[in-house]
Amino acid sequence: MLFFGALFLLYTVLRLKHATDFATAARDTNIVYGTLNTALLLTSGLTAAIAAQASEREGLRRLTLICLTATFLLGLAFLSVKGLEYHEDIEKHLVPGPHFALKAPATQLFVGFYWLSTSVHAIHLSIGIGLIVRLVWCEWRAPGFLLASPQLEVGTLYWGFVDMVWIFLYPMLYLDGRGA
Amino acid sequence: MGNFLLPLMIGARNLAFPKLNLISWYLNMAGGLLTLAAVLAGGIDTGWTFYVPYSTVFSNTFVTLAVLGVFVSGFSTIATGVNFIATVHYLRVPGMTWFRLPLFVWSMYTTSLIFVLATPVLALTLVLVIAERSFNLSIFDPARGGDPILFQHLFWFYSHPAVYIMILPAMGVISEVITCYARRRIFGYSFMVYALVAIAVIGFFTWGHHMFTSGMSPFAALVFSFLSFIVAVPSAIKVFNWTATLYRGQIGFESSMLYALGFLGLFTMGGLTGLFLASVPIDVHVQDTYFVVAHFHYIMVDASVSAYFAGLHFWWPKVTGRMYPESWARFAALLMFFGFNLTFFPQFIAGYLGMPRRYYTYPPEFQVWNVLSSSGAAVLAVAYLMPLGYLTWSLFYGTRALNDPWNASGLEWRTTSPPPRENFFGNPEVLGSPYDYHPKSAAPAEDDRIAEQGALT
Repeated sequence: MLFFGALFLLYTVLRLKHATDFATAARDTNIVYGTLNTALLLTSGLTAAIAAQASEREGLRRLTLICLTATFLLGLAFLSVKGLEYHEDIEKHLVPGPHFALKAPATQLFVGFYWLSTSVHAIHLSIGIGLIVRLVWCEWRAPGFLLASPQLEVGTLYWGFVDMVWIFLYPMLYLDGRGA
Repeated sequence: MGNFLLPLMIGARNLAFPKLNLISWYLNMAGGLLTLAAVLAGGIDTGWTFYVPYSTVFSNTFVTLAVLGVFVSGFSTIATGVNFIATVHYLRVPGMTWFRLPLFVWSMYTTSLIFVLATPVLALTLVLVIAERSFNLSIFDPARGGDPILFQHLFWFYSHPAVYIMILPAMGVISEVITCYARRRIFGYSFMVYALVAIAVIGFFTWGHHMFTSGMSPFAALVFSFLSFIVAVPSAIKVFNWTATLYRGQIGFESSMLYALGFLGLFTMGGLTGLFLASVPIDVHVQDTYFVVAHFHYIMVDASVSAYFAGLHFWWPKVTGRMYPESWARFAALLMFFGFNLTFFPQFIAGYLGMPRRYYTYPPEFQVWNVLSSSGAAVLAVAYLMPLGYLTWSLFYGTRALNDPWNASGLEWRTTSPPPRENFFGNPEVLGSPYDYHPKSAAPAEDDRIAEQGALT
């Protein structure tokens, strides 16, 4: 989606301009939380894909349900870790404004990006969780609802899209400036 | 109009996602109300472009509210775009192949592509403005290393294609109307399709011509200038093909056709002056003058509104099931054409002589051009109000319309006026190509519309 595309473009242009400041700021993100979240989200992508495949066959209803449930639980876990990380950032004054922790001006740009892109990503993820929960609920009420359902197909596709955005965000926000 | 006509013209019962369509309507209303609230609360002083840093750092007016309104209506735009694309892909009736689609459907399809591809970029840009105003998350603030020019790039990446959003459906309408009243097959159907697609695609790569004076490398300016010239090629193909369609046609001067012919002239004027502006040295000279104002009003007001009225009159009997008084409609069409030119042509001259835009006052030597332009606006007001009057009148007192009052060829005329709940009785099927008005080597049609003129060919 070009919404994130435009965001990545801005990041690229500004990082070219302020490479060292961006690297400095990126070192202050919490790589433990970031990596943990990447693992959580990629696993949820796997379960979503299995659910999509399983829903096409009869007799795999249990597997579909279990995988979908795992998907949204992993999504919720991601959001919880994100919440912990946000809490830590606020404690460390990594919020743009008068009490900002770092000196160089362009580090504020990076942190602005960090907040914008992760919060927009979190909004999209929450929508995804809502969609998956609804699917599980519908299948629970009316067994057979998910069998070869285009709704499941589209829902998991959307989940894949949210995953993919994170795959780009992770190196942009956490890995930059940590090499060597 | 697209919502009503698109399913009709491809023989579908409704759009692909009717509920999404309803959501889109509510979002559109919500966005409109939010923006209206911003205007009522005290208005905004940034102009329509919301250029940063003024909109983010300095303006104390209701920018956030207005931007939020635009953001919400952006969702509605995307939803409608997705809906149209899905409808054209999946709900065509048997026999309605891609190259038998009426050109209006093609134009809505290409417009929808722009909706879906360009609007998210604007949405992000607006989110950044809101974030900077409300949460101090700065991206564009030069004091912290940000770059305000980036805003302009993103903004125009949407806002230039947005111009094509307005003109492409207009081109579709004109193709329908001209073929019908000239009793001719469209000249070069496939080229008309490729031209629509080309305009939509190239339109994405010309945004830089709004920024020649904002600071960009001479090379970038050269590329954008070149691409802006290139857009003129498919536009010219369309104008020439419409003209060729008229050639040896049995032209009737009904009101829709008057609007369509007016469109041809006005669009040509607007398009040619666009070429002036695409060239960097001239653009630097007339940047932010009334020349630019006149140019884009010729395209976006004169041409688009002409096409809108052409379509309104053309499909009015289909939508309402009533006929309007034809002579009033013709008079309004002529008056409107006169009003457009009187309003905007003097602005070309005033702008070329150096009158800047966005100032409420001007030096005395521009007096005469401003008086002309203002009187043109008064003429336009009368011309706009007339259809409001006689179309409303026709709703109650107009004669009942036939299913196909203009002897037109499209699928939408093969059902009742107005159409039944699911558009068609039975299952329509398409056997031939569109605009099959005058088969090759057939004798000139006996056309009762123009009996007094005799057979023309």
